[in-house]
Amino acid sequence: MSLNITISKTYGEHTVLDRFSLQVEEGRTTCIMGRSGCGKTTLLRILMGLEKADKDSSGTEAFCGLRKSAVFQEDRLCENLSAMANIRLACPGTDRAQIAEEMRAVGLAGCENQPVHELSGGMKRRVALLRALLAPYDILFLDEPFKGLDEATREKTMAYTRKKCQGRTVLFVTHDAEEAKSLGAAQVISME
Amino acid sequence: MTTSTTSRNSKRKIRLWAVLAWLLIWQLASMWIGQEILLVSPVTVVITLIRLAGGAQFWLSVASSMLRIIGGFLLAVVLGAALAGLSAALGRLREFLLPFVATVKSIPVASFVILVLIWVSSRNLSVLISFLMVFPVIYTNVLDGISQTDRGLLEMAELFGIPFGRRLRTIYVSQVLPYFRTGCSLALGLCWKAGVAAEVIGIPQNSIGENLYNAKIYLDTPALFAWTLVIICISVLFEKGFLRAVECLVQRLERLG
Repeated sequence: MSLNITISKTYGEHTVLDRFSLQVEEGRTTCIMGRSGCGKTTLLRILMGLEKADKDSSGTEAFCGLRKSAVFQEDRLCENLSAMANIRLACPGTDRAQIAEEMRAVGLAGCENQPVHELSGGMKRRVALLRALLAPYDILFLDEPFKGLDEATREKTMAYTRKKCQGRTVLFVTHDAEEAKSLGAAQVISME
Repeated sequence: MTTSTTSRNSKRKIRLWAVLAWLLIWQLASMWIGQEILLVSPVTVVITLIRLAGGAQFWLSVASSMLRIIGGFLLAVVLGAALAGLSAALGRLREFLLPFVATVKSIPVASFVILVLIWVSSRNLSVLISFLMVFPVIYTNVLDGISQTDRGLLEMAELFGIPFGRRLRTIYVSQVLPYFRTGCSLALGLCWKAGVAAEVIGIPQNSIGENLYNAKIYLDTPALFAWTLVIICISVLFEKGFLRAVECLVQRLERLG
């Protein structure tokens, strides 16, 4: 099954999305690419339900009842809480031992109880990614999730993400064609 | 805590040598004037304070003033924070309270004291005055804190469907805390100044204000300074204890997740 969406979004005089059409296939990864400022994040925010699309848009209502999860462009972590507590905020039912195991898989072993403000930028990014991947969801939004990671960590984290996202509905925004390939995107949509 | 905050805090820290220097200046000034009724020496103040502290009347006055002023403060903190939370959610309530808060903020303490003396007995005057001084500060600061809460975190909580109770504990509390702390520090100074001033005007029995009033009537400058020192000590100690307790409570709430 696939979801067909057409979206327009204008801020005052400035049109960000002009009847942009997209087909999201269920159980697949859809990658959206485009230059900075072309409206990728706005598109994701509308589909996440954080912003309203203009009246001539259609298909967005199909996203309303879905459980959503996301890696935002920023980490959006509670700085005073530990890495574990931040992850558990989105998935309170998940076992601590399981979360610790997943943290080890992305190179965050030993950081479970460390307050997030003590972690490096790359570590925070991986905590944000884990929070999104472990939360219960029907659709996952990834907005440049590997931003700020060094080459080796990026490779490792991408492989982990690909494994976790298999058979799930994912909307993935990136500038990097290599990332789209590595994540096994079923379709790549250009917003140019 | 960031490095800049630490260095700012360390720059604001009161150093012992500076305190001793001011005490020395005070002692020298008092010796130069040579009349204790005009400027009492720090040594005499300490001796007077020790003499006063030996009597039960002293402790009764301290306890009764503390109970009233801190009672008014705590009442204002609870009500101010709760109404700020409700006002953040209900625009109409915010609009309704705005004229009240703005008026209370600008009315002089003396006008309040005289007006309140008509309504309540002088015994409870300092409770109400302390409340009226603290409420607008806490309300405004907490409301500002809520409105400055990181929108990104709130969107994250919305998207992941985090229940309100958890949002309150993990997002709002830590984001509003700096505003709340500043409000409490400011309000504590205000409530002690205004509360004691109210007691001096209302002269309730067994209160610090009554003792200050008597010191003025009998031109007992050493007692006046000794009681002032008591007010400063209680105010500083309570502020430190209260803010520490708030900090512990916040950490506990955050640990609950």
